[in-house]
Amino acid sequence: MAERERRITRPFGGVFVARAQVMTAEEVHRATWRIAHEVTERNGGLDGVVIIGLQTGGVPLAERLAEALAEVEGVAPVTGTLDVAFHRDDVGLRPVLPEAVTEIPVDLDGATVVLVDDVLFTGRTVRAALDALTSFGRPRAVQLAVMVDRGHRELPIRPDYVGKNLPTRRDEVVNVSVDGVELGEMVK
Amino acid sequence: MRHLLDIADLGGREGIEDILELTDRFVEVSNRPIPKVPALRGRTVAWLFYENSSRTRLSFETAAKRLSADTANFSVGVSSVNKGESLRDTARVIEAMGVDAVVVRHSSSGAPHRIAGWVDAAVVNAGDGWHQHPTQALLDCYTLRQHIGDLAGRRIVIVGDIKHSRVARSDVDAFTTLGAEVTLVAPPTLLPPSLEGWPVTVSHDLDAAAADADVVYVLRMQRERMTEALVPSLREYTARWGVTAERAACLRSDAIVMHPGPVNRGVELDAVVADGPRSVIVDQVRNGVAVRMAVLYRLLGHAGAVGEDDIDG
Repeated sequence: MAERERRITRPFGGVFVARAQVMTAEEVHRATWRIAHEVTERNGGLDGVVIIGLQTGGVPLAERLAEALAEVEGVAPVTGTLDVAFHRDDVGLRPVLPEAVTEIPVDLDGATVVLVDDVLFTGRTVRAALDALTSFGRPRAVQLAVMVDRGHRELPIRPDYVGKNLPTRRDEVVNVSVDGVELGEMVK
Repeated sequence: MRHLLDIADLGGREGIEDILELTDRFVEVSNRPIPKVPALRGRTVAWLFYENSSRTRLSFETAAKRLSADTANFSVGVSSVNKGESLRDTARVIEAMGVDAVVVRHSSSGAPHRIAGWVDAAVVNAGDGWHQHPTQALLDCYTLRQHIGDLAGRRIVIVGDIKHSRVARSDVDAFTTLGAEVTLVAPPTLLPPSLEGWPVTVSHDLDAAAADADVVYVLRMQRERMTEALVPSLREYTARWGVTAERAACLRSDAIVMHPGPVNRGVELDAVVADGPRSVIVDQVRNGVAVRMAVLYRLLGHAGAVGEDDIDG
């Protein structure tokens, strides 16, 4: 879960306490490699594929995915980062400040964009990302890769590539990094 | 921050740096193929300009539109102000129409402060009398950061009509807050009667002051100052206080020249210098839009309470 969500998830300002390790670093690594193979299988290689990590939690995963793709295909894919703060539907409801840079080095017209995020939850971040992408061109297709799908969708959004499906309660918190995945909660 | 009336409203160094950092994000937005985000959708920003301004208005208007805010113009020339409506009544009328922010320019110092006391909307000072012009100072800080990096310990010379300049007052506040050493250079008639409490040094010799400066900030020389007999003639002003090509050649090789615009070419700033490699005037204008986006977003972007069920992932 990105730092932003962690800060605003109730109880606000609490400390994340892990209750269970769900994936080890090794398992995250293997899942990344599997997703890399799925991406190349689905798209017949990396032609026109742009890997975009969502700030902040998706970016390190997108970097690992790009590294895996480079080894699988022998060429490095085009990568970028996207911060969706200005496109969120809850701007005005709570402090939403951009935390990190957006950098998309190519025109997305006709590209196949693979969005990478750490956790798929309500789907609102992805909706904001889809909206933001339209400012950079008209991609031929947008696909979604997430390390953890924890359910509780509020919008008609589904992932194309999933590291692990993880049933959760709404008030639980999933913490994803390249070092592993933990399930826990915020404690004051 | 409820309003932005002067630089002090930003709460010191941290507040200024916060806006500059946010400006980085909006510079990126401005460079997108479609430079527009829905961040302030449904918000309304009204312009209340009692004084002529083309660039500041256009800059604010572009900023608001890139944030998807609606804009409404209370154009003083054709409004009831000419029929004798008071500032207070005008402010109340604008508020009754449900605007979220009012951007005010007024020839009287303190007018935006008064308005801020009357309305619930956020008030942004776009220049009041000789007092303050905070967004100009912020865009100057941002432009300086771009060109010379951290301002701490940097030497900045501000030359020209300090007395009547709201830009100078805001710039002195902002530059010194960020740690720069500011020297004011002006004829005695164009300095304020008292500089007590200003964290600056004063000089009447431009060549000496500018010799080791990192930045020479040139203020606009308004022609009416001559009729007020504050300077003998524009030619004499240019000879002693203008940044001529000869003078610019004596600056440090990496020194930059700034100007808030519009430039009186050949008076306070030579055309060769204004268009030359030292000049960052165009960057100032370009950064103005992103800085004003940051200010509007800061004031309007997250009003209201934190929602109950808006946890995300």
